[in-house]
Amino acid sequence: MTKTADVLAFERNVTKALDDGQLRRNLRSAMTTLSQRRRALFADVEAFEKLRTQGQSIRRRALSRLPELLEQLEARCTANGIQVHWAETTAEANAICLDIIRRHGAQRVIKGKSMVSEEMHLNHFLEEQGIEALETDLGEYIIQLDGETPSHIIVPAIHKNKDQIAHLFHDRIPDAPYTEVVEELNAIARQELREKFRAGEVGVSGVNFAVAETGTLCLVENEGNGRMCTTAPPVHIALMGLEKVVEKLQDVPPLLRLLTGSATGQPITTYFNMITAPRRPGELDGPREVHLVILDNGRSSIYGDPERRATLQCIRCGACLNHCPIYTRLGGHAYGHVYPGPIGSILTPQLEGLDEAGVMASASTFCGACEEVCPVKIPFTEILRMLRNEAYARGESEHDVKGHGYRYTTVEALSWKSWALYNTSPGLARIGSQILGKLGQHLPMIGPLKEWTRTRIPPPFAPKSLHQLAQERGLDDDR
Amino acid sequence: MTANARANILSRLRATTTQGSFAVPDAPVIAGLALSLEERIDRLRRMLETMHAEVQVVSSSAWLGALKARLRARGLNGLLYGAETPLGAALEAAWEDDLPPLVPYSESVEQCREQLFHIDAGITTTRGAIAENGALILWPSAAEPRLMSLTPGLHIAVLEAGMIFNTFAEAIDQQAWLQEGMPTNALLISGPSKTADIELTLTFGVHGPKELVVFILT
Ligand code: SF4
Repeated sequence: MTKTADVLAFERNVTKALDDGQLRRNLRSAMTTLSQRRRALFADVEAFEKLRTQGQSIRRRALSRLPELLEQLEARCTANGIQVHWAETTAEANAICLDIIRRHGAQRVIKGKSMVSEEMHLNHFLEEQGIEALETDLGEYIIQLDGETPSHIIVPAIHKNKDQIAHLFHDRIPDAPYTEVVEELNAIARQELREKFRAGEVGVSGVNFAVAETGTLCLVENEGNGRMCTTAPPVHIALMGLEKVVEKLQDVPPLLRLLTGSATGQPITTYFNMITAPRRPGELDGPREVHLVILDNGRSSIYGDPERRATLQCIRCGACLNHCPIYTRLGGHAYGHVYPGPIGSILTPQLEGLDEAGVMASASTFCGACEEVCPVKIPFTEILRMLRNEAYARGESEHDVKGHGYRYTTVEALSWKSWALYNTSPGLARIGSQILGKLGQHLPMIGPLKEWTRTRIPPPFAPKSLHQLAQERGLDDDR
Repeated sequence: MTANARANILSRLRATTTQGSFAVPDAPVIAGLALSLEERIDRLRRMLETMHAEVQVVSSSAWLGALKARLRARGLNGLLYGAETPLGAALEAAWEDDLPPLVPYSESVEQCREQLFHIDAGITTTRGAIAENGALILWPSAAEPRLMSLTPGLHIAVLEAGMIFNTFAEAIDQQAWLQEGMPTNALLISGPSKTADIELTLTFGVHGPKELVVFILT
């Protein structure tokens, strides 16, 4: 996507989302509920701050030893019988999955919720190869039926209300009666999917934490579909971004608490599933093969810059989305990329390049709400500011973010240079402000002014500058 | 291809030696819960019930009677159990004809998949529980396979009250999970399966059990 197409597409999406009254009502009630539940669980602010610092410390400790921990994880998993694969790109990760699926002659995979699989566009890829990829998380199932992508990283179908889902089920599921009763909708999905679990050929899941010390893959879920996908089929493929590793088993309890509490205000999910091995001799169920795919896809380059590394602390709780004034009004689809909201704004431009997704870094008011709620204390504003700067950094840039300098234009650079010169030369500033006072209303709208005034009404320039007014009052420059 | 991927990824991760502004803050010491046995039982019960589990605190001598009373007249098509466990032996000894038939999980899933997906109830032991979050700890094994607590609509779990820990961290520590080595699959379970994916409306009984009944034996 070119930079103007990127910016324009985003603006079109924004307008569309803001005009969609139904979407805004659905979002408003959901986001309010989620943030209230979270606040209720972490009501003791002091205790929560301590826990947050602990979470931040655990994630940073893990990242500071990332290569060693990944090697340790691989060694432990391998010793436990889990087969470990590394993928530099999403294409490689897809190819690894396809190879495993083909080797088992499977026609269908059943999937638990995984944002990394979204990042890989795995479903689409498999379908092109003639393999059905069936989402089994209720929210994911709903949006898959409607040919959509998740609009939230925790509650993927949050943009839809029950009437919309009622119509969808009735239209798309053979013999499904029309009902708006949530329990009945739920029962329809349960029945549809149960058959698929029974017949399941290959299960695919994400990973919430991977414990290096034991080679254990941890999964958090409420529905039981994650357990189904990782227990019932003969083969299980787990997908993880390379940042998901933690050092010790004892690192898990605080992170689990932070994750479930921040996501939905629950003290714990219904299931916390810790997988350490494929079926061992004598055991009667569980997959005979477990594969772990470790995906880079740009993460190692984020890691390479200590100023940006904190991006990788994320435990994907979604709290920053639920509290963001922009996300809560737009929903996830307007962002046009897999990870929406504040985490998307810092992660996506780094993964896909500023030239592809740089506009996402502009989707922030810098209110800092994300920073206040993030359970692992990611410094959003610092990273956002840097990404915005990088967007204009031509040639060699300090942080070397992929696609940097994409917004650089000569007019813009010149404008800012003149602005700097103007402000650092008192004589020039004096003459300039006099001229602006008289002619400012007729400034050519180019460069940054053009951008700024596209959605704003330019304020009139005052006939006299503040400096002048002060002098007329008899104040001298030094006071 | 993947051999290269591994080397490339690791070498990229190792390319930066500077930690720059990326510091690791000290982790504050957080005092965990320290409840008495009574309090732990009470907290666990309350938390499980909030998540729609049914909890019965009962003496070890009376619990089988309580179980039978619960199952009698429910018209269940069977109760899946592990025949090789002490629990299994106790059930066999106490079972009566007017109860749902005991069905041992004794063949591999490939042989009994249909049955597993159609049986109404399953009963398992637990390895302990966590008072703080209100969760049971299960370590499925050859004698009590993984699907027993997943495919039946009703999951009955039996817990020794003495095995209720204050926190998850305490359980890992005192049960020596590291030293003992992790099982194929370890689980924390805090209620019947649930979802809130439609308008955040909490609904119980999705893909896992619709009911969870916990007997806490004192
Ligand atoms: S950035 Fe923080 S708040 Fe946002 S999803 Fe990640 S961990 Fe949660």
